[in-house]
Amino acid sequence: MEVRVQNVRKEFDRFPALHDVSLDIKSGELIALLGPSGSGKTTLLRLIAGLERPTAGKIFFGQEDASEKSVQERNIGFVFQHYALFRHMTILENVSFGLEVRPRATRPSKAEIRRRALELLDLVQLSGLEKRYPSQLSGGQRQRVALARALAIEPGVLLLDEPFGALDAQVRRELRKWLREIHDRTGHTTVFVTHDQEEALELADRLCVMSQGKIEQVGTPDTVYDQPQSPFVFGFIGESSALPVNIERGDIWLGDRPIGISSPEASGAARLFFRPHDIELVEGDAALSGVVASSRRVGGTRRVELDIGGAARRVEIDLPFDHPAGERSQISFRPKRWKLFPPTDQPPLS
Amino acid sequence: MSRFGRFRQPSVIPGFGLTFGFTLAYFSLIILVPLVALVLRSAGLGWNGFWAAALDPRVLASLRTSFVTALIAAGINVVFGTLIAWVLVRYRFPGRRIFDAMVDLPFALPTAVAGIALTAIYAPNGIVGQFAAQLGWRIAYTPIGITIAMIFIGLPFVVRTIQPILEETSKEVEEASATLGANRFQTISRVLLPSLAPAIMTGFALAFARAVGEYGSVIFIAGNIPFVSEIAPLLIVIRLEEFNYAGAAVIATVMLAISFVMLFVINLIQAWSRRRYGYGS
Repeated sequence: MEVRVQNVRKEFDRFPALHDVSLDIKSGELIALLGPSGSGKTTLLRLIAGLERPTAGKIFFGQEDASEKSVQERNIGFVFQHYALFRHMTILENVSFGLEVRPRATRPSKAEIRRRALELLDLVQLSGLEKRYPSQLSGGQRQRVALARALAIEPGVLLLDEPFGALDAQVRRELRKWLREIHDRTGHTTVFVTHDQEEALELADRLCVMSQGKIEQVGTPDTVYDQPQSPFVFGFIGESSALPVNIERGDIWLGDRPIGISSPEASGAARLFFRPHDIELVEGDAALSGVVASSRRVGGTRRVELDIGGAARRVEIDLPFDHPAGERSQISFRPKRWKLFPPTDQPPLS
Repeated sequence: MSRFGRFRQPSVIPGFGLTFGFTLAYFSLIILVPLVALVLRSAGLGWNGFWAAALDPRVLASLRTSFVTALIAAGINVVFGTLIAWVLVRYRFPGRRIFDAMVDLPFALPTAVAGIALTAIYAPNGIVGQFAAQLGWRIAYTPIGITIAMIFIGLPFVVRTIQPILEETSKEVEEASATLGANRFQTISRVLLPSLAPAIMTGFALAFARAVGEYGSVIFIAGNIPFVSEIAPLLIVIRLEEFNYAGAAVIATVMLAISFVMLFVINLIQAWSRRRYGYGS
């Protein structure tokens, strides 16, 4: 089912949590709401679920205005970060709950409910554990029960609030892959909230990057990673360094040195963003050059922190792990891919 | 290695022998010795004498009054205590802290004061009692009055045992229930109350135990009419005043046995549910 969020605003006690947010979620897609804590991503998810009421704006499920509908009427599946399982019920009872509370007219027979619950437990690979209680399961298993429980009501939209937030790294990775498989198999429109960019990039069809109650950018992982539209997105998705620069007659200058790259933008101050791996090492003057302050190994490369010029400003670049540069050696480089943004109002750090 | 070696668990705080020994000594001194003395005293009457004293109609009537009213009071307290705990935990309203502190007043108030106050209110010429009197009801000097006094003194036990568990129960569980389509009634009856059941049972046990043993507040409002509104603790005092120490000990022993069995059963049910549901998950 399509979900359309239209100019939604949400305030908690006059404190704005979301400013005028609009978002179109396509039917069957897996979209991630990504942002730091306090960015409003969970609030947006809870608004879609109906667990919160918008201060202004509307939410459409398909063609239908769902803004005034209660949680129960919206037919959504919601998975909480801390599972929120019913601890006095067995796993089977937990999964069956959504079907058993239906009014008699639409409630399947007991045998049918049982059959469907067992089928879902099979889908989440927990067959044989149906008689256990939640306290007897591991975190990863509990979250899978929570997902089976949410899927049991055949929701129009599946909403997940930091579903892997409470799990350890290895289980997270497994569940991530597994959630993608389940999504591909069942085809539910799925929205999940995360603050983990790696998780979002790996799992989602599209990302919706949020900051301070606003949507910064919506797009595929590739678009968001390769063409960040704001300094925030550049900094939040992937690694990046920023330098305050000046543009003069098409050339970009850092302090009193041109750095060998040019821009058609108008002259003036700007901020230069680039990623550690999007650089080339060069000889000569027209480049960024700095002294190695520290280095550490990241996977197959070496991440080096450089002190650039006189201003005690540091950037990070990636070098091949066998590069001979040691502490205090001089390195010159140019960013291969970069982007300029207007300078911040904040005074530069020095 | 001491004899307790096999119970000893590795722990950062040593001293199993010391703490366990102290616990046993203290427990014996404070609880076990007086109770054993009580039982021995009543045993002094011999088998037939014991049963003759225990099965005396007035004794039986007073035991029935005590246990029935205590059970009803604990039952009523469970319902309204849960409600009060719910309101205190879930809602923020002006005066909540004062209200919260007032819940403990029955703990602190001398029970005789409570008894006199309740009698003044519920007597046929009291503030509430006069309306009841117009309807032809008598509250003070009947088992209803006894029950009201027991409700008064038992309420904090229920509220204070349920409150922390309710605070621990996350709102998410209720929200999960709602997203699955459950209406409010279903969420309360199928999700919330079952998860509170162990705490409710503890509150019930404590309120019941307190009500059975209550003396001070009850005797003012009870009227103390033998076979009607005479509670067992009062009958014990009456026996003592008659210098019939053995007779008093017999009533006390019977009360002790009944209470112990009931509390033990409640404890077993709790242990079972705790094992099943686990805590803190």
